[in-house]
Amino acid sequence: MHPTTHAFPENARKALSDERLQKVLSTAGTGFVEKRRKAAERLPEFEALRDQGRDLKNHVLANLDTYLEAFEAKVTEQGGHVHWCRTDQEARDAILGICRKANARTVTKGKSMIAEEIGINDYLEANGLIPIETDLGEYIIQLRHEPPSHIIAPAIHLSKEDVAETFRDAHTELPRDRLLDEPKVLIAEARQVLRRKFQEAEVGITGANLMIAETGSTIIVTNEGNGDLTQILPRIHVVIATIDKVVPTLEDATLVLRLLARSATGQEASAYTTVSTGPKRPGDVDGPEEFHVVLLDNGRSALLGTEFQDVLRCIRCGACMNHCPVYGSVGGHAYGWVYPGPIGSVMQPALLGVKEAGHLPNASTFCGRCEAVCPMRIPLPKMMRHWREKEFEQGLQPATMRRGLGVWGWFARRPALYHAATRMAVKALGALGRGKGRFARLPLAEGWTRHRDMPAPEGKTFQQQWAERKGKR
Amino acid sequence: MSDQRPAPRVGLFVTCLVDVFRPTVGFAAVKLLEDAGCTVEVPSAQTCCGQPAFNSGDRKTAADLARNTIAAFEGFDYVVVPSGSCGGQIKHHYKELLADDPAWAARAHHLSARTYELVSFLADVLGVTNVEARYDGTVTYHDSCSGLRELGIKEQPRRLLNSVDGLTINELPGAEVCCGFGGTFCVKYPDISNHMVEAKIADITKTGADTLLAGDMGCLLNMAGKLKREGSPIRVRHVAEVLAGVTDEAPPIGDKT
Amino acid sequence: MADTSSARAQILGGIRKALGSADGADEARRRLATHPRNLVPARAQIPHADQVELFATMATEVAATVERLPSLDEVPRAVAEYLAGLNLPAEIRVAPDPKLDAVPWDQRPTLTVTRGRARDPDAISVTGAFAAVAETGTLMLISGPEHPTTLNFMPDTHIVVLKRGEVVGTYEDAWDRLRAAMPGAMPRTVNLITGPSRTGDIEQRIELGAHGPRRLHILLIEDDAG
Repeated sequence: MHPTTHAFPENARKALSDERLQKVLSTAGTGFVEKRRKAAERLPEFEALRDQGRDLKNHVLANLDTYLEAFEAKVTEQGGHVHWCRTDQEARDAILGICRKANARTVTKGKSMIAEEIGINDYLEANGLIPIETDLGEYIIQLRHEPPSHIIAPAIHLSKEDVAETFRDAHTELPRDRLLDEPKVLIAEARQVLRRKFQEAEVGITGANLMIAETGSTIIVTNEGNGDLTQILPRIHVVIATIDKVVPTLEDATLVLRLLARSATGQEASAYTTVSTGPKRPGDVDGPEEFHVVLLDNGRSALLGTEFQDVLRCIRCGACMNHCPVYGSVGGHAYGWVYPGPIGSVMQPALLGVKEAGHLPNASTFCGRCEAVCPMRIPLPKMMRHWREKEFEQGLQPATMRRGLGVWGWFARRPALYHAATRMAVKALGALGRGKGRFARLPLAEGWTRHRDMPAPEGKTFQQQWAERKGKR
Repeated sequence: MSDQRPAPRVGLFVTCLVDVFRPTVGFAAVKLLEDAGCTVEVPSAQTCCGQPAFNSGDRKTAADLARNTIAAFEGFDYVVVPSGSCGGQIKHHYKELLADDPAWAARAHHLSARTYELVSFLADVLGVTNVEARYDGTVTYHDSCSGLRELGIKEQPRRLLNSVDGLTINELPGAEVCCGFGGTFCVKYPDISNHMVEAKIADITKTGADTLLAGDMGCLLNMAGKLKREGSPIRVRHVAEVLAGVTDEAPPIGDKT
Repeated sequence: MADTSSARAQILGGIRKALGSADGADEARRRLATHPRNLVPARAQIPHADQVELFATMATEVAATVERLPSLDEVPRAVAEYLAGLNLPAEIRVAPDPKLDAVPWDQRPTLTVTRGRARDPDAISVTGAFAAVAETGTLMLISGPEHPTTLNFMPDTHIVVLKRGEVVGTYEDAWDRLRAAMPGAMPRTVNLITGPSRTGDIEQRIELGAHGPRRLHILLIEDDAG
């Protein structure tokens, strides 16, 4: 997927004028927020679990090599294979290699952000395979050739009418004039169509919410059950996961799971949490014959030991975006690539470079709501600020802004001059604006006055009045 | 306050926006502090807390301005700020900015420990439970993000407002959602900012309140600017103006003299 | 298979370089060996009888249905009546689980019983469970020759025969049970199932039966003998 992150302002404007998207965003936003709040309130230990989750992931990151080696050893011991990949290209090739070796034609897929990140669908397609998304939301947007707009609700921007139209166009084997008026009907149709695909597929690809070093297991968390059909019906199960997803033990996985669903959807637990370990065992009558873990770095290890290390604690729950007023205004597509919302504003500059993705860490009011709800207590605003520092160091910010801030900084370092300058500015503005109490238009402030008035200063600065008053006292 | 203890010496950090746009808030703060038994001084060596530079990635300027603020406010018992945003910058981010500067790190910590946002200082440190003020109107209160999430300001302003004669509070749904100001954000991404402030003023209007209060001039300028652009009669004031009972002394923000 | 050993060396080397000295390795290995518990919510750390009640409450909350039966002998009747009540065919695919051998299926000749993994047209499955976690009303099913995983996902209706003694309080209790049952090993698949399949992907409206079962019916057997 080709990033359009550099065009964030235009993407955002388009999203803001898309009425249907706006309608969906306004109802979706409050829904997730309320559900998470209730789930957190219901578990008295929730805040303490967040502290432990943060500490656990910090411990894992500090011992990442040990845990990854232990994980690999366990996978291998149980007949599975680990494919270490430095880059997205290596991961694509590893997966294609597995498919080729299996003479695969159809590949079913559970939902995976990493699969999006490496663009596996396009690659498999380009190489003659047929990748099929099976998570309902992902399936819908795959049919529409769109990127997901939300980590856990990829089709959140679509109405049921959009989905009906998409199915009519895609499922041409069914009568065109069939009734598709209710989500229930749409879901039943997708279930029926996809059930056949699960059985045709030779390879099933899932992501992993967690990898467990103790047992060599991978875990997926879903509500639909598609991830399960994806891994038990095809002959080969491929897991694609990044190195930061490893945790030490089943107990540690449990800690993360207690936070994940509550933060994501407000559920106590998702419908299906599935722990997969190796291929099927002797005597098993179902399950995959091969188990592969494509273990991807793609820039993660380079974040260790930097000011961005904490972002590797992310468990991809989506709470940050559900609570983000900017995400709530523009939706996920505006972010122009795989990861939207506050987590995207930190991850995308890391993965795409600050030149491509520099808008994202800037497009935040630093309201702090993301950090306040992050189950792993990732200081997202702080890391967005660190990206702004990188931009500043590299001189990537707009020249007018740099110059403006430079002049302001020069004065602010010199209190006497600063107070003289503000006195003059306020006097001028105060005189101009006193009649109405505000300005509808102001030179150099078009960004402000395009949408709102600028209240006028009162006429004298506080410092000036204070000095006068002290003189009188 | 016990009469035996000497009056706390408070340095008022005015903030750029109060200094430039709304001196009334500064004088309201002085009155509230003096009424609560403090002596108040306003060091003239203060300028800006440095947050615009800090949030624009210019750590060097931010650190220089932090040092300037620290030096200007040494020797006070407390530093009080009529803004959660600037207050948060001084209380939390100076330490982070100067952590690697051995000469200044300890001074940053010392200042942090003595710095409070105005309303939380009155309520949490001085133990003020009511104010002598009258405001005839129905107000709604927006929780500014930095005050709420960096400094834990939520109940304090509501508690003090409840002691104002004649005043009724209608709670604002979504009071904890950002108004879309965000410093340079509102001019860098004006359309997104506008979308956010539109939602905010729709919520404000729904409360039926005749007055909007908040504790941060940035948010207030943003919300007042939008309300006035839309022709709303809702009056906008900094919470300190109402608590100090000085609303007769200046028209609401963005309204005519 | 492509050789990924140079990638492996480079990734691990990069991690070690970024982390500096690896003095934590012993602690990490100890954690793996001893798998200490983290904070465990108090909710399910209650007497067993209360755990059973909590399980039933939580499972019901996530749209599973729970029916209590005095003994396995009642299972055929309960299954037949449950299916009849929903106008579902009386054809069930039953796990080859020895635990279910004691169920007197032939008492209900109207039920067509076959055993084995799920096949595509199977509409109703009956399985046992390895454990049930009271904390969230979650069933724990493990794969094996006697417990095919397909039964948990392919049919539209999944009926689970759960013995009272299989209910534990917390996830940690369930992991301990699993470790005791299979020392040093893991089954290929552990399914933690909390209610029937669902999706909110279309307009955020929760609908049941997305890919997995639309109905999850739990027969809670009060008599633990056998």
